[in-house]
Order: sequence, then C-alpha cells, then structure tokens
Amino acid sequence: MAGDEAEFARLALPHLDAAYNLARWLLRDPVAAEDAVQDALLRALTYFASFRGGNPRAWLLQIVRNAAHDRLAAAARAREAPLVTFDDADESTMAEPADPADDPETALSRAQDRAALATALAALPAELRECLVLRELEEMSYRDIAQVTGVPVGTVMSRLWRARRALLRHAEASA
Amino acid sequence: MNPLACPDKVLLIQADLDGELGMAKTAALQAHLQVCAGCQALQDDLRALSAGLRRDAERHPAPDRLRAGLMARAAPNVRPIRRLARHPALAFGLGAALAAGVALAVLPGQRTASLMDEAVASHIRALQPGHLMDVPSSDRHTVRPWFDGRIDYAPPVRDFATAGFPLLGGRLDYLGGRPVAALVYRHDRHLIDLYVWPATGEAAPSERARSGYAVVTWRAGGTAFLAVSDVEAPELLAFAKLWNDGS
Repeated sequence: MAGDEAEFARLALPHLDAAYNLARWLLRDPVAAEDAVQDALLRALTYFASFRGGNPRAWLLQIVRNAAHDRLAAAARAREAPLVTFDDADESTMAEPADPADDPETALSRAQDRAALATALAALPAELRECLVLRELEEMSYRDIAQVTGVPVGTVMSRLWRARRALLRHAEASA
Repeated sequence: MNPLACPDKVLLIQADLDGELGMAKTAALQAHLQVCAGCQALQDDLRALSAGLRRDAERHPAPDRLRAGLMARAAPNVRPIRRLARHPALAFGLGAALAAGVALAVLPGQRTASLMDEAVASHIRALQPGHLMDVPSSDRHTVRPWFDGRIDYAPPVRDFATAGFPLLGGRLDYLGGRPVAALVYRHDRHLIDLYVWPATGEAAPSERARSGYAVVTWRAGGTAFLAVSDVEAPELLAFAKLWNDGS
C-alpha cells in the first residue's frame, strides 16, 4: 500500500496546482478549496488501484470536481435553497456581477478592469464556470473537460459558448 | 458581441479558436469568415476574451501544506543524507524541506533505474516553492560560473529560448551519491530539470517513463545528461535533440 501511495502521489503532484485552481474557482473560498482537494486526494488514493492509465490529470480533476460539487450542494442545502443546476435554469437566474461602470473611477482603472473580468467569471454558474476555467486556465481539450465534468463533448461546447456569451455581454454592458 | 454572427457558425468559430476544429472544417470556416463581417467580429471578440481571461483570471497555486503532504507520500522509505546538510549552499534548502515534512534522501546504488527514480524524486522535491533554483538566471554566462568551486567540473550550460526551452537557472543537487549540476528549463507551463555530470562514452537520447514523468538520458562530449519533466515524452526528446545537435 505504501508503494501505491508513493506511486499515486508522484502521479498527482504535477496536477496539484490545476486541482486546487479548479476547486478554488468552483468554491470561491481558499479554505473550502483546500478541504475539497484534501478530500479528493483521499478519494483518488482509494480509487487509484482501479486507475488504468489514461489521462491522470483529467482523472484527478474529475474527482476534485466532484468533491467540490458535493460541497456546493451541501452549502446549498444548508441555505435551504433549492439547488438549481444551470441546465434547468434560465440565464436570468445568473448572479449579476458587480458592475464596475457604476463607479467612474473604477471604470478608469485598468487594474480594476482586470478584476472585473475575473469577477464576471466568478459570477457565472458553476457548470459554466468550470468549463471555462478548465479550457482557458488549464488549456484542456473538449474531451478531457467532458471527462472531468461528466457530460458529453457537445454539452461542453454549448456550456463554453454560453459562458463566453455571458462574459461578452457583460463586457459590452459595462463598456 | 456582434448580433450579426451566424447562429450555425458560433460553435465552429469557438472550436476553431480552441484548436478543436478539423482541417477541412477550418478551411470551410476561413472561407466563410472572409465574407461574413458578423462572424469575423465574433471571432475577434472571442479571441480577445480568451486572451483577457488568460491574462486576468488568477491561477491559484496549491497551498504549500497540500503540496508537502503529497510530497511526503511521494518519497517514503528514504533516508536523509547528512553530507548534504553540511554543504553550505544546500543547508538552508534541506532545513526548509525537513521543516515541510519532506524526507530528503538519495537512494543507494548506481544502476540506471535507481538513478532515474532518484532524479524523479529530486525533480519533485525541487518543485517545492523556493527549491528550484540556487542561481535564477537566464544568462548561461551567469549560471555556468556559479558552479565554480561548488562542484569539481564545469557543466555545459546552454539556452534554448528561441526553440521554446528557455533557461531559468541552475542549482546544486545530489544524484548517484555525488553533487551534480542541475539546470532548470521551462517549456510552456512545464519545468524541466537537466542533470549533467562528467562521463565517458556516447549514447543517443533514450526515453523512459518513471512514475508518470518522462526521463531522457544521453551521453555526449564527455558528459552524461539526464532530463526529467512532466512534459510529454516527444517534447523532452526534442529538448535532448537540441542539445545533441549543437554539441
């Protein structure tokens, strides 16, 4: 078992930053993200015996993604709010990102323009956000994103498009 | 966002920018973009959005605590080398590594397989924050003299920035029971450790995967080379070829 553990750790280490980055963008909280990755590593070690090659990054990130979504669902239940999955929801239910144009000084600040795009990304529904983070920040292929998020490639494509359209509309509205 | 983009083209435009469109479809899309201002505008918008996200959205690195826990698992059953601690250049690094709960060690034996395992373990250790480089410099005229007096040979140091493998710096490491020069290179978002030490004979680059890392070894010009990285094996072989062709 110690050998398996070492083998697993060596396999997982190169993807630890990607794992944490995904959890951080999904949960939007450093402590929750660290806990989720910790959970995921334990789960992954348990499943490791059944890992039969393939892409270790997609495999690990899939487990991290599920651990993060478990936490999102638990948080939603704790708020006694119905859990809305985006595919059932209208886009009007999307959280409205803060509008930097409300404040002229903010609009003039390049640094805060940058923050605005990150804020708009953070405000996307989780199902759209994770696709865009995996594509733009981790540069993963559609096929790998499909594995991580557990949906068909066609759904990945439509979610990426909806995520990007929402960000473009947001940028246009605040321009 | 341009409302005039053709609805049946948006996913194709997106797939093209994401590098997911086949050659035939790419050609057809290019032809359409020549004549459709709406689709052209959408392509520009999507390209700018992608660049903006990559520039502005933070990539959160894993906290040290997570990394240290995983590293302690990656290198169990290893014993610390005391000689390493006595070396002034490494004493600080060793202390920090031990503080992080990581056992620094060198595996016994000189066999190639164990040397590769050792190099992978060393590479993993080096990826810890603050452990990668003793001399961070892309200038080989700075990196090479730094090793003077720290090891008993002058390692060849070269930069391949123009070929996509920029030199980041070097550090003193320990492999096969002796101090060796480790040169650090970057390729895209991956790091490559290249260990170099004096050796006789010539050998063409050969690749072996160890624990999910690619390891390439070769010998040329009185020097043994061992490169280890999490890049794909063909890319590490291309890196080795750059060295071999020029030396």
